[in-house]
Amino acid sequence: MEHIPTPSSTVGPFLHLGLTEKHSITHIAAPNVKGEHIILRCRVFDADGSPVNDAMIELWQADSEGRYRHPDAPRANECDPAFLGFGRTATDEKGCCEFETIKPGAVPAQDGISQAPHISLAIYSRGILLQLYTRIYFAADSANEHDPVLALVPKERRSTLMAHPDSSRSGHWLFDIRLRGENETVFFDV
Amino acid sequence: MADLKKNSTIPTYRRLQPGTQPTRLYEPYKSTRLRNPAQPLIYLPHTLSEITGPVYGHSPIAETDNDLTLQHTGEPLGERIIVTGRVLDDSGRPVPNTLIEIWQANSAGRYRHGCDQHPAPLDPNFSGAGRTLTGDDGTYRFVTIKPGAYPWLNHHNAWRPAHIHFSVFGRAFISRLITQMYFPGDPLFDHDPIFQSVPDEKARQRMISKFDLETTQPQWAVGYRFDIVLRGPEATPFES
Repeated sequence: MEHIPTPSSTVGPFLHLGLTEKHSITHIAAPNVKGEHIILRCRVFDADGSPVNDAMIELWQADSEGRYRHPDAPRANECDPAFLGFGRTATDEKGCCEFETIKPGAVPAQDGISQAPHISLAIYSRGILLQLYTRIYFAADSANEHDPVLALVPKERRSTLMAHPDSSRSGHWLFDIRLRGENETVFFDV
Repeated sequence: MADLKKNSTIPTYRRLQPGTQPTRLYEPYKSTRLRNPAQPLIYLPHTLSEITGPVYGHSPIAETDNDLTLQHTGEPLGERIIVTGRVLDDSGRPVPNTLIEIWQANSAGRYRHGCDQHPAPLDPNFSGAGRTLTGDDGTYRFVTIKPGAYPWLNHHNAWRPAHIHFSVFGRAFISRLITQMYFPGDPLFDHDPIFQSVPDEKARQRMISKFDLETTQPQWAVGYRFDIVLRGPEATPFES
């Protein structure tokens, strides 16, 4: 028998009380986890280009070998326990938040094709009644050209899904989320 | 993209039905206007990235985390309540061992949060946050204080019906649900754009808890039941 899922609602302006004040997770991978360690800085803007300072971002990713730490995923038991794969935190007054993680490996899709390294992202805030899903890809990764999900996105909008290296700090990557308007980020219907 | 659509090895999750979830850009709720995309969402066939999610690694649950009346030296003011229910997937299967987090205003309608400007008293004995894990049959239980209604600035004389925020993980990144639980018979429902943003009447009712005499404990606390349904995998031919 099918049941209707409970409707989602906004986290409202006081989400920190229940979700991030004591239970933020910003270290997705501990320093000893194998892989290319990066600091990922996300920024969120609204339709006016103003920073969204009361959002929460959640990330979900595979490890450097493309393994998800999940019972349904292949090779999950090979994941390093110091690799969580999950992070979440609130944006600050500039609409920013930072995660310490590793660059994920290519993830298997179906029939032997693989997905380019990417991180799944969900965003929650006042004014968002149902979380918005997007993906972070890594600019200039040659695997992007063959990624089956990027192929679903019109060419001129693919750049909105790219994190870029911060030229001033090595190992740092920047990802901007524009909720609406010019250069609006691509969001997915999942 | 034929490759992505062949889901021979991984379960595909059921899609949300139109009208049963809130309208993203809902004019009467002003904050939705600047924070939701103008472009249509792009349909994403489910891959391993969507149907997996954080099931391990959350910080441990402390003993008083599911009893919000025991987190300080004294007892909080207000009406003591028990909120209990089950977390199920959309096929009716229990979702065991999943993290539920709640947060709420105190009995006067005030959140313990620096941004809450409502001139109602804080309660030194109430933080308003809790967490628990579901049992093997998907059940959970919180003891707390019934939150008060509170004003907000969305429109003239705007008041939120009393509610408790619920955050539930489930098994997949796309089964994740954050919602608000309401109390039966609240006169503010008709005037609340957040509640009204869900078009389907039956789906809206799913956000309202039910008074439950069996849960109610004599001489101690009124009980409410709130069952939560998460998206789940479509049944495979191998399942009965």
